[in-house]
Amino acid sequence: MATRFDAIMARRGEIMLKALGMDYSEFEQSPIAFDYEGMMAAHGYSLQDIVAIQTKAGVGNTPLLELRNLTDVVRSMSAPGKGARIFVKDEAANMAGAFKDRRASVSIHVAKEKGYEGVIAATSGNYGAAVSSQAARYGLKCIIVQETFDSRHIGQPEIVEKSRICEAFGAEVIQLTVGPELFFHMVELLDLTGYFAASLYSSFGVSGIETLGLEIADEMTALTGAPPTHCVITHAGGGNTTGTARGLKRAGATDTQIISASVDLSGLHMASDNDFNRKSFTTGHTGFGVPFATWPDRADVPRNAARSLRYIDRYLTVTQGEVFYITEAMSKIEGLERGPAGNTAMTAAVSLARDLPREATVVVQETEYTGAGKHHWAQLNFAREMGVEVRRGDPTDNAPGKVIVIPERPEQIQAKDFDVARMRTSYVRNALKQAPQGYAPTAADIAFLAADTNSDAAAVEAIVATLKEA
Amino acid sequence: MTDATRCNAGDWVEVERVLLEPADRSKNLPPETAEKPLRMWIKGFAQAAGAVGEAMTIETMSGRMVEGTLSAINPGYFHTFGNPIPELVHVGVDLRARLAEYHSAQAAGANAEGGER
Repeated sequence: MATRFDAIMARRGEIMLKALGMDYSEFEQSPIAFDYEGMMAAHGYSLQDIVAIQTKAGVGNTPLLELRNLTDVVRSMSAPGKGARIFVKDEAANMAGAFKDRRASVSIHVAKEKGYEGVIAATSGNYGAAVSSQAARYGLKCIIVQETFDSRHIGQPEIVEKSRICEAFGAEVIQLTVGPELFFHMVELLDLTGYFAASLYSSFGVSGIETLGLEIADEMTALTGAPPTHCVITHAGGGNTTGTARGLKRAGATDTQIISASVDLSGLHMASDNDFNRKSFTTGHTGFGVPFATWPDRADVPRNAARSLRYIDRYLTVTQGEVFYITEAMSKIEGLERGPAGNTAMTAAVSLARDLPREATVVVQETEYTGAGKHHWAQLNFAREMGVEVRRGDPTDNAPGKVIVIPERPEQIQAKDFDVARMRTSYVRNALKQAPQGYAPTAADIAFLAADTNSDAAAVEAIVATLKEA
Repeated sequence: MTDATRCNAGDWVEVERVLLEPADRSKNLPPETAEKPLRMWIKGFAQAAGAVGEAMTIETMSGRMVEGTLSAINPGYFHTFGNPIPELVHVGVDLRARLAEYHSAQAAGANAEGGER
Protein backbone atom coordinates (compact mmCIF):
# COMPACT_ATOMS: atom_id res chain seq x y z
CA MET A 1 0.00 0.00 0.00
CA ALA A 2 1.29 3.46 -0.85
CA THR A 3 2.26 5.50 2.20
CA ARG A 4 1.13 9.10 2.72
CA PHE A 5 4.67 10.11 1.75
CA ASP A 6 4.48 8.19 -1.54
CA ALA A 7 0.95 9.45 -2.27
CA ILE A 8 1.94 13.11 -1.90
CA MET A 9 5.21 12.71 -3.78
CA ALA A 10 3.35 11.04 -6.68
CA ARG A 11 1.14 14.15 -7.00
CA ARG A 12 4.05 16.51 -6.50
CA GLY A 13 4.21 17.73 -10.12
CA GLU A 14 0.55 18.70 -10.23
CA ILE A 15 0.67 20.40 -6.79
CA MET A 16 3.83 22.36 -7.60
CA LEU A 17 2.45 23.49 -10.97
CA LYS A 18 -0.42 25.19 -9.12
CA ALA A 19 1.83 26.54 -6.35
CA LEU A 20 4.63 27.97 -8.50
CA GLY A 21 2.46 30.10 -10.72
CA MET A 22 4.52 29.04 -13.73
CA ASP A 23 4.53 26.08 -16.13
CA TYR A 24 8.08 24.81 -16.50
CA SER A 25 7.23 22.29 -19.21
CA GLU A 26 7.24 24.95 -21.93
CA PHE A 27 11.01 25.40 -21.51
CA GLU A 28 11.90 21.71 -21.91
CA GLN A 29 13.75 21.00 -25.18
CA SER A 30 14.87 17.37 -24.85
CA PRO A 31 15.38 14.78 -22.09
CA ILE A 32 18.54 16.76 -21.20
CA ALA A 33 18.27 20.35 -22.39
CA PHE A 34 15.95 23.21 -21.52
CA ASP A 35 15.79 26.91 -22.34
CA TYR A 36 17.46 28.41 -19.26
CA GLU A 37 17.45 32.03 -20.37
CA GLY A 38 13.87 31.67 -21.58
CA MET A 39 12.87 30.41 -18.13
CA MET A 40 14.75 33.25 -16.41
CA ALA A 41 13.06 35.87 -18.58
CA ALA A 42 9.55 34.40 -18.42
CA HIS A 43 8.45 36.50 -15.44
CA GLY A 44 8.75 39.53 -17.70
CA TYR A 45 10.52 41.77 -15.19
CA SER A 46 13.52 43.74 -16.36
CA LEU A 47 16.41 44.29 -13.95
CA GLN A 48 15.13 47.83 -13.44
CA ASP A 49 11.64 46.47 -12.64
CA ILE A 50 13.22 44.29 -9.97
CA VAL A 51 15.15 47.23 -8.54
CA ALA A 52 11.82 49.08 -8.30
CA ILE A 53 10.07 46.14 -6.61
CA GLN A 54 12.91 45.88 -4.09
CA THR A 55 13.11 49.60 -3.41
CA LYS A 56 9.40 49.60 -2.61
CA ALA A 57 9.89 46.54 -0.39
CA GLY A 58 12.74 48.17 1.54
CA VAL A 59 15.33 45.76 0.17
CA GLY A 60 18.81 46.37 -1.24
CA ASN A 61 21.05 49.43 -1.52
CA THR A 62 23.18 48.10 1.32
CA PRO A 63 26.50 49.78 2.19
CA LEU A 64 29.66 48.70 0.38
CA LEU A 65 32.53 49.00 2.88
CA GLU A 66 36.26 48.88 2.32
CA LEU A 67 37.95 46.76 4.99
CA ARG A 68 41.23 48.62 5.38
CA ASN A 69 42.39 46.88 8.54
CA LEU A 70 41.65 43.42 7.20
CA THR A 71 43.48 44.36 3.99
CA ASP A 72 46.48 45.46 6.07
CA VAL A 73 46.45 42.19 8.01
CA VAL A 74 46.58 40.42 4.64
CA ARG A 75 49.40 42.71 3.42
CA SER A 76 51.35 42.14 6.63
CA MET A 77 51.70 38.51 5.58
CA SER A 78 51.85 38.87 1.78
CA ALA A 79 54.88 38.77 -0.51
CA PRO A 80 56.03 42.20 -1.79
CA GLY A 81 53.52 43.63 -4.28
CA LYS A 82 50.76 41.29 -3.11
CA GLY A 83 47.70 41.78 -0.94
CA ALA A 84 44.51 42.84 -2.70
CA ARG A 85 42.05 45.39 -1.31
CA ILE A 86 39.06 43.73 0.39
CA PHE A 87 35.54 45.15 0.36
CA VAL A 88 32.28 43.84 1.73
CA LYS A 89 28.66 44.38 0.82
CA ASP A 90 26.92 44.65 4.17
CA GLU A 91 23.81 42.70 3.32
CA ALA A 92 22.97 42.32 7.00
CA ALA A 93 21.58 45.85 6.61
CA ASN A 94 18.58 44.41 4.76
CA MET A 95 15.37 44.35 6.82
CA ALA A 96 15.45 40.69 7.80
CA GLY A 97 19.24 40.69 8.08
CA ALA A 98 20.59 39.01 4.95
CA PHE A 99 20.78 39.07 1.15
CA LYS A 100 17.90 36.58 1.23
CA ASP A 101 15.56 39.58 1.38
CA ARG A 102 16.41 40.18 -2.29
CA ARG A 103 15.41 36.62 -3.09
CA ALA A 104 12.19 36.74 -1.08
CA SER A 105 11.07 40.18 -2.28
CA VAL A 106 10.44 39.15 -5.89
CA SER A 107 8.71 35.88 -4.94
CA ILE A 108 6.38 37.59 -2.50
CA HIS A 109 5.64 40.38 -5.00
CA VAL A 110 4.67 37.73 -7.57
CA ALA A 111 2.53 35.85 -5.01
CA LYS A 112 0.63 39.06 -4.22
CA GLU A 113 0.23 40.00 -7.91
CA LYS A 114 -1.11 36.55 -8.76
CA GLY A 115 -3.62 36.70 -5.92
CA TYR A 116 -2.33 33.96 -3.63
CA GLU A 117 -3.53 34.18 -0.01
CA GLY A 118 -0.25 33.07 1.48
CA VAL A 119 3.25 31.71 0.86
CA ILE A 120 5.15 28.64 2.00
CA ALA A 121 8.88 27.99 2.08
CA ALA A 122 10.90 25.06 3.40
CA THR A 123 14.06 26.55 4.85
CA SER A 124 16.03 26.49 8.08
CA GLY A 125 18.05 29.51 7.03
CA ASN A 126 17.90 33.29 6.65
CA TYR A 127 15.51 32.82 3.74
CA GLY A 128 12.73 31.96 6.19
CA ALA A 129 13.23 35.30 7.96
CA ALA A 130 13.22 37.11 4.60
CA VAL A 131 10.03 35.42 3.37
CA SER A 132 8.31 36.06 6.72
CA SER A 133 9.32 39.71 6.72
CA GLN A 134 8.24 40.35 3.14
CA ALA A 135 4.98 38.44 3.65
CA ALA A 136 4.25 40.67 6.65
CA ARG A 137 4.76 43.78 4.50
CA TYR A 138 2.55 42.47 1.70
CA GLY A 139 -0.14 41.26 4.11
CA LEU A 140 0.20 37.62 3.06
CA LYS A 141 -0.01 34.61 5.34
CA CYS A 142 3.22 32.70 5.68
CA ILE A 143 4.23 29.17 6.64
CA ILE A 144 7.90 28.26 7.13
CA VAL A 145 8.84 24.58 7.36
CA GLN A 146 12.12 24.07 9.21
CA GLU A 147 14.38 21.15 10.06
CA THR A 148 15.10 22.30 13.63
CA PHE A 149 15.73 19.45 16.06
CA ASP A 150 17.47 16.12 16.36
CA SER A 151 15.38 13.21 17.67
CA ARG A 152 16.16 14.30 21.26
CA HIS A 153 14.45 17.66 20.58
CA ILE A 154 17.79 19.47 20.79
CA GLY A 155 17.85 22.40 18.38
CA GLN A 156 20.84 23.89 16.58
CA PRO A 157 20.89 27.37 18.21
CA GLU A 158 21.17 29.11 14.85
CA ILE A 159 18.00 27.39 13.61
CA VAL A 160 16.16 27.99 16.90
CA GLU A 161 16.93 31.68 16.41
CA LYS A 162 15.58 31.40 12.86
CA SER A 163 12.33 29.95 14.28
CA ARG A 164 12.14 32.93 16.63
CA ILE A 165 12.66 35.58 13.97
CA CYS A 166 10.12 34.00 11.60
CA GLU A 167 7.57 33.90 14.43
CA ALA A 168 8.47 37.51 15.28
CA PHE A 169 7.42 38.44 11.72
CA GLY A 170 4.12 36.60 12.20
CA ALA A 171 4.88 33.41 10.30
CA GLU A 172 3.56 30.00 11.25
CA VAL A 173 6.69 27.96 11.86
CA ILE A 174 6.62 24.20 11.58
CA GLN A 175 9.58 22.72 13.40
CA LEU A 176 10.62 19.22 12.37
CA THR A 177 13.20 16.64 13.32
CA VAL A 178 15.99 15.72 10.90
CA GLY A 179 15.09 14.43 7.45
CA PRO A 180 14.60 15.50 3.85
CA GLU A 181 10.85 14.93 4.26
CA LEU A 182 10.42 18.56 5.17
CA PHE A 183 9.95 18.98 1.41
CA PHE A 184 7.21 16.33 1.51
CA HIS A 185 5.44 18.28 4.23
CA MET A 186 5.85 21.52 2.30
CA VAL A 187 4.18 19.92 -0.75
CA GLU A 188 1.42 18.53 1.51
CA LEU A 189 0.81 22.02 2.93
CA LEU A 190 0.80 23.61 -0.54
CA ASP A 191 -1.89 21.12 -1.52
CA LEU A 192 -3.88 21.84 1.62
CA THR A 193 -3.67 25.65 1.58
CA GLY A 194 -3.31 26.58 -2.10
CA TYR A 195 -0.53 28.98 -1.11
CA PHE A 196 2.34 30.10 -3.34
CA ALA A 197 5.58 28.08 -3.20
CA ALA A 198 8.25 30.69 -2.43
CA SER A 199 11.00 28.37 -3.60
CA LEU A 200 14.62 29.42 -3.13
CA TYR A 201 15.28 28.03 -6.58
CA SER A 202 12.60 29.69 -8.70
CA SER A 203 13.51 32.25 -11.35
CA PHE A 204 11.78 34.88 -9.18
CA GLY A 205 14.12 34.24 -6.27
CA VAL A 206 17.32 34.04 -8.28
CA SER A 207 16.43 37.11 -10.38
CA GLY A 208 16.07 39.02 -7.10
CA ILE A 209 19.76 38.43 -6.35
CA GLU A 210 20.88 39.95 -9.66
CA THR A 211 20.48 43.43 -8.15
CA LEU A 212 23.27 42.57 -5.72
CA GLY A 213 25.69 42.02 -8.61
CA LEU A 214 24.44 45.20 -10.26
CA GLU A 215 25.00 47.28 -7.09
CA ILE A 216 28.49 45.82 -6.61
CA ALA A 217 29.53 46.64 -10.18
CA ASP A 218 28.18 50.20 -9.97
CA GLU A 219 29.45 50.98 -6.46
CA MET A 220 32.92 49.57 -7.09
CA THR A 221 33.13 51.56 -10.32
CA ALA A 222 32.22 54.72 -8.41
CA LEU A 223 34.74 53.92 -5.67
CA THR A 224 37.71 52.49 -7.57
CA GLY A 225 37.02 53.29 -11.21
CA ALA A 226 36.23 49.71 -12.21
CA PRO A 227 34.13 46.70 -11.21
CA PRO A 228 35.90 44.32 -8.81
CA THR A 229 38.55 42.00 -10.20
CA HIS A 230 37.19 39.23 -7.93
CA CYS A 231 33.86 38.58 -6.25
CA VAL A 232 33.79 35.97 -3.47
CA ILE A 233 30.43 34.39 -2.73
CA THR A 234 29.34 32.15 0.12
CA HIS A 235 27.97 29.10 -1.63
CA ALA A 236 25.23 26.69 -0.54
CA GLY A 237 22.45 25.85 -2.99
CA GLY A 238 24.09 28.00 -5.66
CA GLY A 239 21.50 30.79 -5.91
CA ASN A 240 23.80 33.36 -4.36
CA THR A 241 26.55 32.58 -6.86
CA THR A 242 24.18 32.40 -9.83
CA GLY A 243 22.25 35.59 -9.08
CA THR A 244 25.27 37.69 -8.16
CA ALA A 245 27.26 36.53 -11.18
CA ARG A 246 24.33 37.20 -13.53
CA GLY A 247 23.90 40.68 -12.05
CA LEU A 248 27.59 41.47 -12.46
CA LYS A 249 27.50 40.35 -16.08
CA ARG A 250 24.33 42.29 -16.80
CA ALA A 251 26.05 45.37 -15.36
CA GLY A 252 28.92 44.84 -17.78
CA ALA A 253 31.39 43.41 -15.26
CA THR A 254 32.26 40.49 -17.51
CA ASP A 255 35.90 40.28 -16.36
CA THR A 256 35.13 39.84 -12.66
CA GLN A 257 36.30 36.43 -11.47
CA ILE A 258 33.51 34.55 -9.72
CA ILE A 259 34.79 32.67 -6.68
CA SER A 260 32.40 30.46 -4.72
CA ALA A 261 33.32 29.57 -1.14
CA SER A 262 31.92 26.93 1.20
CA VAL A 263 32.76 25.58 4.62
CA ASP A 264 34.17 22.08 4.33
CA LEU A 265 31.77 19.68 6.03
CA SER A 266 32.96 16.60 4.20
CA GLY A 267 32.20 13.36 6.02
CA LEU A 268 28.99 14.61 7.67
CA HIS A 269 25.72 13.20 6.31
CA MET A 270 23.09 15.90 5.84
CA ALA A 271 20.19 13.55 6.69
CA SER A 272 21.85 11.97 9.72
CA ASP A 273 20.18 12.39 13.09
CA ASN A 274 23.62 11.92 14.70
CA ASP A 275 25.51 14.41 12.51
CA PHE A 276 22.80 17.10 12.52
CA ASN A 277 23.96 18.84 15.70
CA ARG A 278 27.65 18.15 15.14
CA LYS A 279 27.97 20.74 12.41
CA SER A 280 28.45 24.39 13.34
CA PHE A 281 27.28 25.75 10.00
CA THR A 282 23.72 25.23 8.87
CA THR A 283 24.38 26.71 5.43
CA GLY A 284 27.19 27.85 3.13
CA HIS A 285 28.77 24.43 3.41
CA THR A 286 29.88 21.70 1.03
CA GLY A 287 26.98 19.45 2.15
CA PHE A 288 24.70 21.67 0.04
CA GLY A 289 27.29 23.28 -2.23
CA VAL A 290 28.64 20.20 -3.98
CA PRO A 291 25.40 18.22 -4.54
CA PHE A 292 23.50 21.28 -5.78
CA ALA A 293 26.29 22.42 -8.11
CA THR A 294 26.67 18.95 -9.60
CA TRP A 295 22.93 18.35 -9.87
CA PRO A 296 20.88 21.55 -9.49
CA ASP A 297 17.58 19.95 -10.50
CA ARG A 298 17.41 18.06 -7.21
CA ALA A 299 15.60 21.19 -5.96
CA ASP A 300 11.89 21.70 -5.20
CA VAL A 301 11.19 23.18 -8.66
CA PRO A 302 11.21 21.22 -11.95
CA ARG A 303 14.17 23.25 -13.23
CA ASN A 304 16.45 25.06 -10.80
CA ALA A 305 17.21 28.70 -11.64
CA ALA A 306 20.38 28.42 -9.52
CA ARG A 307 22.93 26.81 -11.86
CA SER A 308 26.21 27.80 -10.32
CA LEU A 309 28.55 25.83 -12.61
CA ARG A 310 27.53 28.23 -15.38
CA TYR A 311 29.34 31.00 -13.52
CA ILE A 312 31.96 29.60 -11.14
CA ASP A 313 35.60 30.33 -12.03
CA ARG A 314 36.95 28.84 -8.79
CA TYR A 315 35.39 27.03 -5.82
CA LEU A 316 37.27 27.43 -2.54
CA THR A 317 36.66 25.61 0.72
CA VAL A 318 37.59 26.76 4.20
CA THR A 319 37.29 25.11 7.60
CA GLN A 320 34.81 25.91 10.38
CA GLY A 321 37.64 27.03 12.68
CA GLU A 322 39.04 29.44 10.08
CA VAL A 323 35.63 31.07 9.63
CA PHE A 324 35.17 31.47 13.39
CA TYR A 325 38.60 33.12 13.58
CA ILE A 326 37.72 35.60 10.82
CA THR A 327 34.30 36.27 12.35
CA GLU A 328 35.97 37.22 15.63
CA ALA A 329 38.60 39.26 13.71
CA MET A 330 35.90 41.20 11.82
CA SER A 331 34.38 42.33 15.11
CA LYS A 332 37.68 43.26 16.68
CA ILE A 333 39.44 45.09 13.83
CA GLU A 334 36.60 46.23 11.56
CA GLY A 335 33.86 46.88 14.10
CA LEU A 336 31.56 44.67 12.05
CA GLU A 337 29.88 41.98 14.15
CA ARG A 338 28.13 39.66 11.73
CA GLY A 339 27.02 36.04 11.49
CA PRO A 340 29.62 33.36 10.81
CA ALA A 341 27.95 31.70 7.80
CA GLY A 342 28.13 34.97 5.84
CA ASN A 343 31.81 35.22 6.71
CA THR A 344 32.62 32.01 4.85
CA ALA A 345 33.42 34.03 1.72
CA MET A 346 35.32 36.56 3.86
CA THR A 347 37.60 33.79 5.09
CA ALA A 348 38.24 32.58 1.55
CA ALA A 349 38.85 36.21 0.51
CA VAL A 350 41.62 36.61 3.10
CA SER A 351 43.40 33.61 1.65
CA LEU A 352 42.75 34.69 -1.94
CA ALA A 353 43.76 38.36 -1.48
CA ARG A 354 47.11 37.31 -0.04
CA ASP A 355 48.17 35.88 -3.41
CA LEU A 356 46.70 38.63 -5.59
CA PRO A 357 48.45 41.87 -6.62
CA ARG A 358 47.85 44.95 -4.45
CA GLU A 359 45.92 46.54 -7.31
CA ALA A 360 43.36 43.73 -7.32
CA THR A 361 39.99 44.34 -5.68
CA VAL A 362 38.12 41.57 -3.89
CA VAL A 363 34.46 42.04 -3.00
CA VAL A 364 32.85 39.74 -0.46
CA GLN A 365 29.26 40.11 -1.51
CA GLU A 366 27.35 39.51 1.72
CA THR A 367 27.17 39.62 5.47
CA GLU A 368 24.31 38.26 7.58
CA TYR A 369 22.88 39.36 10.93
CA THR A 370 24.13 37.82 14.13
CA GLY A 371 22.78 37.60 17.67
CA ALA A 372 21.76 35.03 20.25
CA GLY A 373 22.04 31.56 18.76
CA LYS A 374 23.58 32.69 15.47
CA HIS A 375 26.65 34.24 17.06
CA HIS A 376 29.94 32.39 16.61
CA TRP A 377 30.33 32.07 20.39
CA ALA A 378 26.89 30.42 20.60
CA GLN A 379 27.92 28.03 17.84
CA LEU A 380 31.19 27.09 19.49
CA ASN A 381 29.64 26.66 22.94
CA PHE A 382 27.00 24.42 21.37
CA ALA A 383 29.62 22.41 19.47
CA ARG A 384 31.40 21.72 22.76
CA GLU A 385 28.14 20.61 24.38
CA MET A 386 27.61 18.20 21.47
CA GLY A 387 31.01 16.62 22.12
CA VAL A 388 32.99 18.37 19.39
CA GLU A 389 36.53 19.29 20.46
CA VAL A 390 37.43 22.99 20.09
CA ARG A 391 41.11 23.93 20.28
CA ARG A 392 43.75 26.26 18.87
CA GLY A 393 46.23 24.92 16.38
CA ASP A 394 46.76 24.16 12.73
CA PRO A 395 43.47 24.38 10.78
CA THR A 396 44.51 21.47 8.58
CA ASP A 397 43.70 19.32 11.65
CA ASN A 398 40.00 20.28 11.41
CA ALA A 399 37.73 17.23 11.25
CA PRO A 400 34.05 18.11 10.64
CA GLY A 401 31.88 16.83 13.49
CA LYS A 402 34.90 15.93 15.61
CA VAL A 403 37.41 18.78 15.93
CA ILE A 404 37.19 22.51 15.29
CA VAL A 405 40.68 24.01 15.18
CA ILE A 406 40.91 27.78 15.61
CA PRO A 407 44.00 29.14 13.82
CA GLU A 408 46.72 30.64 16.00
CA ARG A 409 47.83 33.12 13.32
CA PRO A 410 46.16 34.55 10.18
CA GLU A 411 48.94 32.99 8.06
CA GLN A 412 47.35 29.61 8.79
CA ILE A 413 44.19 30.54 6.90
CA GLN A 414 44.51 28.72 3.60
CA ALA A 415 41.49 28.14 1.42
CA LYS A 416 41.61 24.98 -0.68
CA ASP A 417 40.63 24.77 -4.32
CA PHE A 418 37.82 22.30 -4.92
CA ASP A 419 38.26 20.61 -8.29
CA VAL A 420 35.76 22.39 -10.57
CA ALA A 421 36.64 20.08 -13.50
CA ARG A 422 35.54 17.13 -11.39
CA MET A 423 32.30 18.91 -10.54
CA ARG A 424 31.64 19.46 -14.26
CA THR A 425 32.13 15.74 -14.90
CA SER A 426 29.70 14.84 -12.08
CA TYR A 427 27.19 17.32 -13.42
CA VAL A 428 27.34 15.83 -16.94
CA ARG A 429 27.01 12.32 -15.50
CA ASN A 430 23.92 13.38 -13.52
CA ALA A 431 22.39 15.16 -16.52
CA LEU A 432 22.85 12.12 -18.78
CA LYS A 433 21.18 9.92 -16.15
CA GLN A 434 17.93 11.87 -16.64
CA ALA A 435 17.61 10.69 -20.23
CA PRO A 436 16.05 7.31 -21.08
CA GLN A 437 18.38 4.32 -21.51
CA GLY A 438 20.12 4.43 -24.89
CA TYR A 439 19.35 8.11 -25.58
CA ALA A 440 22.17 9.68 -27.58
CA PRO A 441 22.78 13.35 -26.70
CA THR A 442 22.25 15.61 -29.70
CA ALA A 443 24.45 18.54 -30.70
CA ALA A 444 21.90 20.81 -29.01
CA ASP A 445 22.20 18.77 -25.79
CA ILE A 446 25.99 19.06 -25.89
CA ALA A 447 25.71 22.82 -26.39
CA PHE A 448 23.32 23.03 -23.41
CA LEU A 449 25.66 21.01 -21.20
CA ALA A 450 28.59 23.20 -22.26
CA ALA A 451 26.68 26.34 -21.28
CA ASP A 452 25.48 24.75 -18.06
CA THR A 453 29.06 23.91 -17.05
CA ASN A 454 30.80 27.05 -18.36
CA SER A 455 32.89 24.96 -20.75
CA ASP A 456 32.78 24.13 -24.46
CA ALA A 457 31.33 21.40 -26.67
CA ALA A 458 34.69 19.63 -27.07
CA ALA A 459 35.16 19.46 -23.30
CA VAL A 460 31.64 18.07 -22.79
CA GLU A 461 32.11 15.51 -25.57
CA ALA A 462 35.34 14.39 -23.91
CA ILE A 463 33.51 13.95 -20.60
CA VAL A 464 30.70 12.02 -22.32
CA ALA A 465 33.27 9.74 -24.01
CA THR A 466 35.07 9.09 -20.69
CA LEU A 467 31.79 8.30 -18.95
CA LYS A 468 30.87 5.86 -21.76
CA GLU A 469 34.15 3.97 -21.29
CA ALA A 470 33.57 3.73 -17.52
CA MET B 1 10.38 26.46 29.43
CA THR B 2 7.43 27.62 31.44
CA ASP B 3 6.16 26.18 34.69
CA ALA B 4 2.55 26.21 33.60
CA THR B 5 1.10 22.78 32.86
CA ARG B 6 -2.48 23.90 32.18
CA CYS B 7 -3.77 26.33 29.60
CA ASN B 8 -7.04 28.10 28.96
CA ALA B 9 -8.78 28.46 25.61
CA GLY B 10 -7.10 31.26 23.66
CA ASP B 11 -3.66 30.84 25.27
CA TRP B 12 -0.57 30.76 23.05
CA VAL B 13 0.69 27.17 23.17
CA GLU B 14 2.68 24.54 21.31
CA VAL B 15 1.54 21.10 20.20
CA GLU B 16 3.59 18.14 19.09
CA ARG B 17 2.71 15.32 16.74
CA VAL B 18 4.32 12.57 14.74
CA LEU B 19 4.23 13.48 11.07
CA LEU B 20 5.62 10.21 9.72
CA GLU B 21 6.18 6.91 11.53
CA PRO B 22 9.48 5.18 10.67
CA ALA B 23 7.74 2.81 8.22
CA ASP B 24 6.27 5.75 6.29
CA ARG B 25 9.49 7.74 5.94
CA SER B 26 11.59 8.33 2.83
CA LYS B 27 13.51 5.24 1.77
CA ASN B 28 16.82 7.08 1.35
CA LEU B 29 17.78 7.75 4.96
CA PRO B 30 20.76 6.70 7.04
CA PRO B 31 19.70 4.07 9.62
CA GLU B 32 19.96 6.37 12.64
CA THR B 33 17.37 8.68 11.04
CA ALA B 34 15.21 5.98 9.42
CA GLU B 35 14.51 4.23 12.71
CA LYS B 36 13.01 7.37 14.27
CA PRO B 37 9.66 9.02 13.56
CA LEU B 38 9.57 12.44 11.88
CA ARG B 39 8.22 14.68 14.65
CA MET B 40 6.72 18.14 14.38
CA TRP B 41 6.11 21.05 16.77
CA ILE B 42 3.88 23.99 15.96
CA LYS B 43 2.51 26.96 17.92
CA GLY B 44 -0.89 28.59 17.97
CA PHE B 45 -3.92 29.51 20.08
CA ALA B 46 -5.44 26.74 22.22
CA GLN B 47 -9.02 25.98 21.24
CA ALA B 48 -9.93 24.67 24.70
CA ALA B 49 -8.56 24.43 28.22
CA GLY B 50 -6.16 21.53 28.66
CA ALA B 51 -3.05 20.11 30.29
CA VAL B 52 0.40 19.32 28.91
CA GLY B 53 0.34 15.78 27.53
CA GLU B 54 -3.35 15.93 26.55
CA ALA B 55 -4.79 16.14 23.04
CA MET B 56 -5.21 19.75 21.90
CA THR B 57 -6.35 21.61 18.80
CA ILE B 58 -4.72 24.95 18.03
CA GLU B 59 -5.37 27.70 15.53
CA THR B 60 -2.04 28.58 13.92
CA MET B 61 -0.90 31.99 12.65
CA SER B 62 -2.14 31.10 9.17
CA GLY B 63 -5.57 30.24 10.58
CA ARG B 64 -5.25 26.46 10.24
CA MET B 65 -6.62 24.10 12.89
CA VAL B 66 -3.90 21.62 13.88
CA GLU B 67 -4.35 18.72 16.29
CA GLY B 68 -1.57 17.38 18.46
CA THR B 69 -0.43 16.76 22.00
CA LEU B 70 -0.07 19.88 24.13
CA SER B 71 3.70 20.19 24.66
CA ALA B 72 4.24 23.71 26.05
CA ILE B 73 2.29 26.74 27.25
CA ASN B 74 3.48 30.21 26.28
CA PRO B 75 6.74 28.71 24.94
CA GLY B 76 9.74 31.07 24.98
CA TYR B 77 13.17 31.34 23.39
CA PHE B 78 16.22 30.65 25.50
CA HIS B 79 19.09 30.54 23.01
CA THR B 80 21.97 32.77 24.06
CA PHE B 81 25.50 33.87 23.24
CA GLY B 82 27.02 31.79 26.04
CA ASN B 83 30.45 32.25 27.53
CA PRO B 84 33.32 33.89 25.65
CA ILE B 85 35.39 31.33 23.77
CA PRO B 86 38.86 31.02 25.34
CA GLU B 87 40.33 29.95 21.99
CA LEU B 88 39.13 33.24 20.43
CA VAL B 89 39.84 35.81 23.14
CA HIS B 90 43.40 36.35 21.90
CA VAL B 91 42.39 37.11 18.30
CA GLY B 92 41.57 40.81 18.71
CA VAL B 93 44.68 41.56 20.76
CA ASP B 94 46.97 39.70 18.37
CA LEU B 95 45.59 41.35 15.24
CA ARG B 96 45.58 44.85 16.70
CA ALA B 97 49.23 44.39 17.71
CA ARG B 98 50.03 43.10 14.24
CA LEU B 99 48.30 46.09 12.64
CA ALA B 100 50.13 48.56 14.92
CA GLU B 101 53.45 46.99 13.93
CA TYR B 102 52.57 47.00 10.23
CA HIS B 103 51.39 50.60 10.31
CA SER B 104 54.48 51.86 12.15
CA ALA B 105 56.74 49.97 9.74
CA GLN B 106 54.85 51.60 6.86
CA ALA B 107 55.18 55.03 8.44
CA ALA B 108 58.90 54.53 8.96
CA GLY B 109 59.27 53.53 5.34
CA ALA B 110 60.80 50.27 6.53
CA ASN B 111 58.55 48.28 4.24
CA ALA B 112 59.96 48.48 0.75
CA GLU B 113 56.52 47.72 -0.66
CA GLY B 114 54.82 50.22 1.59
CA GLY B 115 53.52 53.63 0.76
CA GLU B 116 50.30 55.48 0.95
CA ARG B 117 47.13 53.86 -0.13
